[in-house]
Amino acid sequence: MTRSGFVIANLFRRRTRTVLTLLSVIMAFLLFGLLQSVNTIFNAGADFVGATRLFVQARVSFTSPLPISMLPRLESIPGVARVAYQTWFGGVWQENTPLIMFSLDPQRYRDVYPEWVMPESQWQDFIRTRTGMIAGKQLADQYGWKVGQKIPINSNIYPQKNGSKAWIFDLVGIFDGKDDEWKKRTNLAFIQQDYFDEANQFGVKGRENFFILKLSDSNQAAQVARTVDAMFENSPDETKTQTEKDFNISFVRQIGDIGLIVRWILFAVFFTLLLVVGNTMAQSVRERIPELAVLKTLGFSDGSVLGFVLAESFVLCLGGGLIGLLLASIAGAMVAKGTGGRFQLTVDYRVWLLGIAAIVLMSLAVGLLPGLRARRLKIVDALAGR
Amino acid sequence: MSNSQPESNLMPESMVEVRNVTKVYERGRQQIEVLHGLTFAIPRGDFVALMGPSGSGKTTLLNLIGGLDQPTSGEITVGGRRIDRLSSGQLANWRAQNVGFVFQFYNLMPVLTAEGNVELPLLLTRLSGAQRRRNVAVALEIVGLADRAKHKPKELSGGQEQRVAIARALVSDPQLLVCDEPTGDLDRKTADEILGLLQVLNREHGKTIVIVTHDPKAAEFARRTLHLEKGQLLEQAA
Repeated sequence: MTRSGFVIANLFRRRTRTVLTLLSVIMAFLLFGLLQSVNTIFNAGADFVGATRLFVQARVSFTSPLPISMLPRLESIPGVARVAYQTWFGGVWQENTPLIMFSLDPQRYRDVYPEWVMPESQWQDFIRTRTGMIAGKQLADQYGWKVGQKIPINSNIYPQKNGSKAWIFDLVGIFDGKDDEWKKRTNLAFIQQDYFDEANQFGVKGRENFFILKLSDSNQAAQVARTVDAMFENSPDETKTQTEKDFNISFVRQIGDIGLIVRWILFAVFFTLLLVVGNTMAQSVRERIPELAVLKTLGFSDGSVLGFVLAESFVLCLGGGLIGLLLASIAGAMVAKGTGGRFQLTVDYRVWLLGIAAIVLMSLAVGLLPGLRARRLKIVDALAGR
Repeated sequence: MSNSQPESNLMPESMVEVRNVTKVYERGRQQIEVLHGLTFAIPRGDFVALMGPSGSGKTTLLNLIGGLDQPTSGEITVGGRRIDRLSSGQLANWRAQNVGFVFQFYNLMPVLTAEGNVELPLLLTRLSGAQRRRNVAVALEIVGLADRAKHKPKELSGGQEQRVAIARALVSDPQLLVCDEPTGDLDRKTADEILGLLQVLNREHGKTIVIVTHDPKAAEFARRTLHLEKGQLLEQAA
């Protein structure tokens, strides 16, 4: 027998209670792992983009499209190298799988986004084919799309002129990202702006959700943004211009402050867990006061007895925490696979490090009070049941 | 306290020397003096029974001799070492090396087997796992429970549990065994077996044993009996 063997034996003196407590720790860390990775996605989603692009949208909301007539004025601003534009299509695959899909001008978009790589012939086909569509590699792989196929896609916003919301596009290209960060984001599709303008029933021709400005010098981003917004101030189409990174963050935050939501959920989960595990530990120490006194009688120091209790809480939290994080990793991988990479729920090393820190803190929080009680107890009183 | 006095031997071969020991407990605002200036000695290799009515201070005295508690005043020397001056940590260390304890209700760890319980004090030593297992086997052999090594306390009878407790007290080879009502929870026959075992440990292994008992028959197994009443030593019976 070893000290660690003694700790584990004590932990399982009431097997059912320990297993149930362990399950609650596992569940808490499973949630922790998944929610933290969600938080990571929403917070880190913009880190990979530089500040070389500005997004211009209507000041009220990007759902109010801006007129294409702004284009030459935007192009004339010093520091702006190229301007692209795009409109949210609201694509839906088959029954109700939403797609990230925009209509755009292929050549302009290609110029502004060199991060998307595709064979030259496919770029040319996209530029030439009015019903053309290109899809990211992840998306194409997920649904088994091949170049040359006709892809039926519904729009949950725009019907065609014949009233049908079912659109059919010719898949003329499959693009990939230039590096790992961009490869991870190839879960979207693009269609031709001209065709969309002509064919949609609402006649929203000549209006775009966003203009994207490629800057010749990223240091001018703030200056150009101010110039754009000043240019359209007091007009019917006032603008809000921000860097691509800020745009991505604010786009996500339209759902809500994910970080804050995650923190509150985790606070509730860990507070409950603290009560559950803390109660288990306190009860466990309370019901074996005489045994702890015997340990001291045999010569175990006050510190050793404190150590035994802390070790028990640590083993409980560590075991449950690691299993929970492992399950979160597996669940995250399954979600990522199931969504074809559109939702990269990766429990990465940052989540693991945070999780391990939480395990240590939790162990101390639940073990310290009962441990100190065990440390303080007087042998004579404890043996006499006082 | 007379800590400034030079250490002296009441008897040249004393295992335990108690000099002017007083113990006062505080219960709320009340102060209760349980022991009143006790002075006596227990020779090395003796087997002493402490008797007296409830509340006479027997267990308190035993706790002081075993280093579980500190006197309010006076000196206690065990095996040549003053223990009334030791800190809590020093006392714990001293107990691990010098005293074995046997309790009325055995106080075994229910989650450990008999051998696990006996091995517990050895976790405080630097012995290897193999050495520890050897010592445990010897201790269980001495108390006649070698065949019950893998059993947990709930799978043992009361007498067997107390034997395991004695093996645990013996395993680190202390010179002093202190036993608080070791037969108080046992039937007569089993009690006699346990007391016989303590006698063997005293006679054949040279252990100094101090037991607290209410039972005159148990006291008969000892070489001497010390009677306590209201915190004072009344007489010594051979």
